[in-house]
Amino acid sequence: MLEMRQVSKVYGSGAAEVHALREVDLSVRAGELVAVMGPSGSGKSTLLTIAGTLEEPTGGEVLIGDRDVARLSRNDRARLRRRSIGYVFQEFNLIPGLSAVENVALPLELDGVRVRPARSAALAALARLGLADGVDRYPDELSGGESQRVAIARAVVGERHLLLADEPTGALDSVNGEAVMRLLRSACRDGVAGVVVTHDAQLASWADRVVFLRDGRVVDQTAPRPGPESLLARGAMS
Amino acid sequence: MSVRHALLALLSEGPKYGLQLRQEFESRTGEVWPLNVGQVYTTLQRLERDGLVESDGSDGPQNVFSITPAGSKELATWLRTPPEVVPPPRDELVIKVLVATRVPGVDVPELLQVHRRHLVEAMQEYTHLKGDMPADDVELGLVVDSELFRLEAIVRWIDAADARLKRIPSRAGGAPTPAPRRRPRLGVRR
Repeated sequence: MLEMRQVSKVYGSGAAEVHALREVDLSVRAGELVAVMGPSGSGKSTLLTIAGTLEEPTGGEVLIGDRDVARLSRNDRARLRRRSIGYVFQEFNLIPGLSAVENVALPLELDGVRVRPARSAALAALARLGLADGVDRYPDELSGGESQRVAIARAVVGERHLLLADEPTGALDSVNGEAVMRLLRSACRDGVAGVVVTHDAQLASWADRVVFLRDGRVVDQTAPRPGPESLLARGAMS
Repeated sequence: MSVRHALLALLSEGPKYGLQLRQEFESRTGEVWPLNVGQVYTTLQRLERDGLVESDGSDGPQNVFSITPAGSKELATWLRTPPEVVPPPRDELVIKVLVATRVPGVDVPELLQVHRRHLVEAMQEYTHLKGDMPADDVELGLVVDSELFRLEAIVRWIDAADARLKRIPSRAGGAPTPAPRRRPRLGVRR
């Protein structure tokens, strides 16, 4: 679903040149949740904004659903962002003047969907995330956990294929953080390709695969996970 | 945690058979601590000898055990006694990293990454176990969380070590170091 090939990003020039990403290869299949883990300044957020077509790489290729992003017109790229890509940020980024359901319906309406079907799709997305009640509340009337659920509903509403999350549990306590990761994992199990960038090992451990970034390079990744039976058979928790 | 106190905890709910105690012990510990029936009966005999439980005197599996007032007091004291919080006598990972910083030619950040990956893989196993289990399985959830926080603490130590060594590049490459200065002794790690 998402394919990054030899992607590099350089900011500035000459003595002020900063290599944020260096020849990064990353591919994420539909149904897979991948975590990109690294310290501050390792290039995680740059990787996410390039994957989300919000920024262009200096070198390399980004393919989303087999389409080379660099070959798309400005309009096509904007349409791809609206229709296929969902974003979740640490600070939720909900629009204060809109209710929960209006926030979720907004990307559909911007894409030309009529108000009534957009609202139905938004209500269905909120119900899947356990927020069937209180859909007409405004962001300042929602708790942190509820706000992030609204943000996830907005990110997965419609026909989204790629879900990108930047430290999505950073502003939440551990119980709400876990609930958010369960929802992201379940969205991916329904066929969405997901990328979460984080410095937090607990959050990363929800992913099917963890890719480690250091100084703009992919330096390592975890092996495919064995089933839980192996854990208990080993008696690791005794 | 001792089997002795776990059995007292189970008996605090009411009288029980030996076999029933074994089944409940395993389910309360998230089925991650298998217990054989022999251990259960040996422990019950010792508890009876110490006056902490009493049996109804029936033979074999029909024997029903109950907690005594002394047993309830012992259980209450044990629950409130903090476990010892001391560093492990020898932390192998800390020793390996300390040694690595002085072995010529060792790429310490790469070495730290090997350990980080290993720990994150273990965390993935536990997290997915938690993600797949029913939300009301509180016992397994508590055991898994405890293991996840323990592993996360080690990953955070590795991240901190990485950042600390990055500030002193000569130490990240296993280069020879100046003669050690005298410094205060820390803890009891021998």
